[in-house]
Amino acid sequence: MSASTHTPALKHHFEDLGQQHACERLGIWMFLATEILFFGGLFGAYTMYRLWYPHEFELASSHLNWKFATVNTVFLITSSLTMTLAIRSAKLGDRSALYRNLLLTAALATAFMVVKGFEYAQDFHERYVPGPLFAAEYDDATAAVRSMSYSQAEEYFKQNTQGEHPRHQNWAADLALRNKDGSPLMAADPGKVQLFLCFYYIMTGIHGIHILVGIGCILWVTWEAWRGTIPPENYSTVEIVSLYWHLVDAIWLFLMPLLYLAGIGYGGHH
Amino acid sequence: MSIAVTHGGLTAAPVPPEPEPAKVDYLNNGHSIWSWLFTVDHKRIGILYLISISVFFVAGGTAAGIVRLNLLSSSGFIVDEDAYNRAFTAHGVMMLFFFLIPAVPAVFGNFFIPMMIGTKDLAFPKLNIASWYVFMIGAAFAIWSVLAGGIDTGWTLYPPYSTRASQSYVIPGVVGAFISGFSSIMTGLNIMVTVHKMRAPGMTWSRLPLFVWSLYATSLIQLLATPVVAITLVLIAVERAWGVGIFDPALGGDPVLFQHMFWFYSHPAVYIMILPGMGVISEVLTCFSRKNVFGYHAVAWSSVGIAVVGFLLWAHHMFVAGISFYAALLFSLLSMLVAVPSAIKVFNWTATLYRGSITFQAPMLFSLGFVVLFIIGGLTGLYLATLGTDIHLHDTYFVVAHFHFVMVGGMVMGYFAGLHYWWPKMTGRMYSDWWSRVAASIIIVGFFFTFIPQFIMGYHGMPRRYPNYPDEFQFLNVMSTAGASILGIGYLMPAVYLTLSLFFGQKSPANPWSATGLEWASPSPPTVHNFDSTPVVVCGPYEYAIGVDQMGRGLPEPPGPGGAEGPHGKVGPTGPAGPMQKETHVVG
Repeated sequence: MSASTHTPALKHHFEDLGQQHACERLGIWMFLATEILFFGGLFGAYTMYRLWYPHEFELASSHLNWKFATVNTVFLITSSLTMTLAIRSAKLGDRSALYRNLLLTAALATAFMVVKGFEYAQDFHERYVPGPLFAAEYDDATAAVRSMSYSQAEEYFKQNTQGEHPRHQNWAADLALRNKDGSPLMAADPGKVQLFLCFYYIMTGIHGIHILVGIGCILWVTWEAWRGTIPPENYSTVEIVSLYWHLVDAIWLFLMPLLYLAGIGYGGHH
Repeated sequence: MSIAVTHGGLTAAPVPPEPEPAKVDYLNNGHSIWSWLFTVDHKRIGILYLISISVFFVAGGTAAGIVRLNLLSSSGFIVDEDAYNRAFTAHGVMMLFFFLIPAVPAVFGNFFIPMMIGTKDLAFPKLNIASWYVFMIGAAFAIWSVLAGGIDTGWTLYPPYSTRASQSYVIPGVVGAFISGFSSIMTGLNIMVTVHKMRAPGMTWSRLPLFVWSLYATSLIQLLATPVVAITLVLIAVERAWGVGIFDPALGGDPVLFQHMFWFYSHPAVYIMILPGMGVISEVLTCFSRKNVFGYHAVAWSSVGIAVVGFLLWAHHMFVAGISFYAALLFSLLSMLVAVPSAIKVFNWTATLYRGSITFQAPMLFSLGFVVLFIIGGLTGLYLATLGTDIHLHDTYFVVAHFHFVMVGGMVMGYFAGLHYWWPKMTGRMYSDWWSRVAASIIIVGFFFTFIPQFIMGYHGMPRRYPNYPDEFQFLNVMSTAGASILGIGYLMPAVYLTLSLFFGQKSPANPWSATGLEWASPSPPTVHNFDSTPVVVCGPYEYAIGVDQMGRGLPEPPGPGGAEGPHGKVGPTGPAGPMQKETHVVG
């Protein structure tokens, strides 16, 4: 290791770069362990409630927009590829390829957040948000059809969930119909639907924060590379960030089926 | 390797010359406030933590004082019921999240782990200072919640107390605990990586001081348990903020799920609070009995055993919360299992003391107090782990007394033992030997008066967290409050004589206790980079029998008869080797 002892990349309290890299790698793996437990608590709670309330969870999931999520999945998987290519570029000392791959990764991550932003905007627009917004929308739909028969209510919602500014949201109409007296559909407890939505917002929200942090880290590595502190023998800096980035991607690969695919094929049958 | 030492067959290793007091040590290496606030020196960060947690210790102690004073009368002596709720919650939150958890790992762990394993710093110095800032931000939120009016839920934050039922400032408190949790994770991660990758040449795993082993086990828990409570606190905050029902049965949620998730962290967390104390006293007991530790590997691995088993018994907090009978049975068994590694430690400490050349300086008094109080705390834990008795004792003062024996009798005593043991190294000054012994004695006496009555009250059915009680409990409550007053005086005394020692204390030599660890090879206070050159370790951590430190150099004469202090409390012959020479062997 004596050859690498005097590189500027070596921090003063380490004996050599080998020790420094070993520390960095072990540190990031331990950090990933904490991340898995952090999300693990959420996954555990989600699993319990889904086993208890499969009906409401699938119903609630079916009103989310899986198309946004599919596009986002493609973005993230691709970004994992570009991130891995960045490690290779760093190892080879190919600076321009390193910048390119890192910035590509950051761009894909940003695209993910933009799509996510549109998705949240749509959810808010539909008032598909637990708490007062949800309650108001649901109560409104329930009250509108209170004095109608079931088939009248069905007809009423058919007309009033259409168009640019529908009177009622699809999900609220669906829930109101299900919970109407004499409904042939399986009733769904709005509290449990909101429970699913809590998990949806908390999980995607915290995941989104992780994406933002990841974008920050990737831009930081890009800047470090531009300053020249990532020579080939110190490529592990890129590797550290990539490990974090892959974890963020991997978590999304669990969120996608748990949140969006759970309700696929639910809507049609009664 | 095991070198048998024949009786009288070895001449003592030469004692190294007293190292020159460094011109630039870590304390005078810059005096501006910025040189402290932007430091990455693990020793300065340890001091920053020491100051911060001392403030919380005083604040949490004040809250405890309000609780105890109020219980002087069966109908509430000084505050109303609502304020009483807020006082005991403030006491719990501040003492647990902002004192006990960071106490030893963040102060002595930060300061001494790198020195004990012979390296310049922790693996991630910037992460280290970041952890202090994160801690302070969390602390700011906690202080905000207290100043705004406090939380009335109890530190466990059970829903629905913390959700529908509470009108108090739960969210800032929860945010504070959430944020400070990350500081705990950062410290734990830093210590684990450092112990794995930064040890000096020759510092093998079986030559690590037991303090390092115990902090390694602690860090494992901090790393793996804290994230779960973090997400649980997020869920509580969301439930309160949005009015949804994650833990509200009326809306489909389950409050017992909160208890599971909370205790999945908070039960292992009690081992975060006790393991470091065990590590401190493993150091002190060997040093002040001038003996090699008995059963090094047993003590070392029992720390890891406690950490691992500690993850498997959280539901013993929920025996009466409606969990299944079979789950309760299993958790009861596992809870008793954790008594095994704890008992291994106690037996080994006792064997270490056996025929030792014991002296009773303050660190030793605190450590002996630890052993006695921890035994009582541990044994009463078995009553609570037993399903039948727990149904009677659950949520009574018996539980309060039990965990105060472990947390205060254990960890706070361990903390004070560490503070007195390492104070000369950290500050370069000796404190008053006499006053420190008096303080230790007062604390032990006050402790017994405070908490023994609580066992009796709890056994007779006085519930915890109630501001009122039947008149027959008044005598015991008054006795407990009287004990708490003694305890309070005992805790204030170190603040006085330790502060005075900074200005008037004698200068400390590098190794005032004639201890064997690498941290004593550096001058007092240590130089900026701890060592002039990387130390090379040649033997185990507690070679008191043959009187060498870990670098194989001789030890100075230990304090005792003939020293400046005179023959206080001296039992048996002293000195390196002592009477035990022929019965010991070199570890490692």
